[in-house]
Amino acid sequence: MELFGIWVAALLTLGIFSFLYKDNPVYKICESIFIGVSAGYWAIANFFDALHKKFWVGVFPTDGSDPNYMLWFGALLGVLMLLRLSSKIGWIARWPLAFIVGATAGLYMMLYFVSNAMNQVASTMRDVIVTSPETHLIMWGETIGSILIVIGVVSGLVYFFFSKEHKGVFGYTARVGIWFLMITFGAHFGYTVMSRMSLLIGRIDFLFRDWLHLLN
Amino acid sequence: MKLKNSQHISTLYTSLFFTLFVLIFSTLTSQAQTEQEMFDSVQTLILQAEVAATPPAPVTMLSAVDNPNDKGGAMLISWELSVDDADLKSYFVMRSDTKVGGFEQVGEAVRGNSSYVDNKVEDDKEYYYYVNSVKQYTDFDGNEAFAGAGSQSVGPIVSSAQWFNMARVYCLFFVLLVSGAIMFYINKAKSGAEIYVRKIAGIDAVDEAVGRATEMGRKIFFIPGIQDMNDVQTIAGIAILGRVGELAAQYETWLEVPVSKSLVMVTARETLKEAYTKVGRPDAFNQDQVHYLTDDQFGYAAAIDGMVVREKPATIFYMGAFFAESLILAETGNAAGAIQIAGTAMPSQLPFFVASCDYTLLGEELFAASAYLSKEPRQLGSLKGQDFGKLIFMTAIILGVLIETFTDVPVSKYFLVK
Repeated sequence: MELFGIWVAALLTLGIFSFLYKDNPVYKICESIFIGVSAGYWAIANFFDALHKKFWVGVFPTDGSDPNYMLWFGALLGVLMLLRLSSKIGWIARWPLAFIVGATAGLYMMLYFVSNAMNQVASTMRDVIVTSPETHLIMWGETIGSILIVIGVVSGLVYFFFSKEHKGVFGYTARVGIWFLMITFGAHFGYTVMSRMSLLIGRIDFLFRDWLHLLN
Repeated sequence: MKLKNSQHISTLYTSLFFTLFVLIFSTLTSQAQTEQEMFDSVQTLILQAEVAATPPAPVTMLSAVDNPNDKGGAMLISWELSVDDADLKSYFVMRSDTKVGGFEQVGEAVRGNSSYVDNKVEDDKEYYYYVNSVKQYTDFDGNEAFAGAGSQSVGPIVSSAQWFNMARVYCLFFVLLVSGAIMFYINKAKSGAEIYVRKIAGIDAVDEAVGRATEMGRKIFFIPGIQDMNDVQTIAGIAILGRVGELAAQYETWLEVPVSKSLVMVTARETLKEAYTKVGRPDAFNQDQVHYLTDDQFGYAAAIDGMVVREKPATIFYMGAFFAESLILAETGNAAGAIQIAGTAMPSQLPFFVASCDYTLLGEELFAASAYLSKEPRQLGSLKGQDFGKLIFMTAIILGVLIETFTDVPVSKYFLVK
């Protein structure tokens, strides 16, 4: 059975790789299997993780704990969402949707404000002249690094300023900001490509080791 | 000659006698020395063992209070380090719900730590604590052994929830400041004042991209990312979908929105229906324009890749939160010759969109896009208010850096929120 599984996985992998040549019937079959299987898998996973584990077990606990009646509110929203199937009262489905979007915006506001604003500002506020604690001499590498961080953050913020035209000094600063962004993107690109290569190597390793047994 | 020989022999005996004497004396002396050393060593070992088994000094100034600024269910226990801290293994935190007896270990703080948060308490229940300073040593038999000394117990202490997290009071100040600015500018925009928004190339290209699809008689694909409606990027993407939907309805161009989450499908359908109605073309809206593929990340990417190579859309929008599938999607779209406009706030995926798309909305440009496109006073005022917030933070950073560099005031700690 395991051998059968390895053969199926290997053939499906090759079928997906065949897209590198061009779209073909084999790829279409593999793609359809992938989408169908994954959609079915997630439907079942959501059913058991959300409906059973979170709702059913919470409302009707079997371990002697108190039922969580708040979960009925979530269930009610879910039922209201299903009303969209009705042409007459489908408009009610907008209410749970509005609740989800509104609640999400409210909940995440503080989270983003703390992590993306306050703590970022705190990390950038630094003594840019870094000295050695022993010799009290300036550590040039760390000092230049600190200065670059401050310039990068401030010029980046200037680039994302929308209510003033990027002209003159403001425009030059924004240009410095975009340079910082592009250099960062370049570094990210290289780093992420390396991690993608490791995914490819993992797949090739499966084909050559588990399927063809060409690697020990 | 004989005399010489007898003299020689007597000299030989004398030297042999002295040699033997020296040998015997030195052997006896060294034996005596070894015995003394052994005795000393044993004495030292006994002393060391006695010292090792001696209990360390207990902690002092023990205090236990309700953990501040939390939702309850936690106690903060703090103490002054034991004077033998360097020799300790750790501090055992002991708890009981009675003053005498019944104490059990509820936590451990390694040496050097002078506090511990006990997260396993019930609110409105009295607790008593003491701290045991514990050191580890090897006994005579070579086994690991422990010696400890307990502090005075403290209590009773009761845990409770706090309504306000006072550690975030600075955060509240800035939230109120930025929110006030947003409300001020929204009111200003509503009263008719003109709010300037700088040119954003990626958004300007939306009209051009939709027009191109119309001219070519091909589809437009709109990919709203792989996150659900609880992600602010998806919400921003759906807001842009509204504008794209209006243009597509006006130009009578087929707009297709494949999604990976059921809630996104519902929201996208509502948004498109509204957009088509807004431009007077409700009849042109077909709810199958928005369809679900799969929740699976790479299953979704494989499906869109197949659709792109088969249906050759003229324009593809990627607006929302993307992960590893970003390059797979954008590169396929690029190979298919589509004009591509992307927008995401995922820093790790932006490089791929920058490399493979014609236009990319970088981070906050995605959130500014809906205001820029709609020119709606509320959104414009909100954008202007956010810019005011950025101005405050920029000023704070510059002043903070100067203060941190040229004074000893740790100003950054007022911005650090835990």
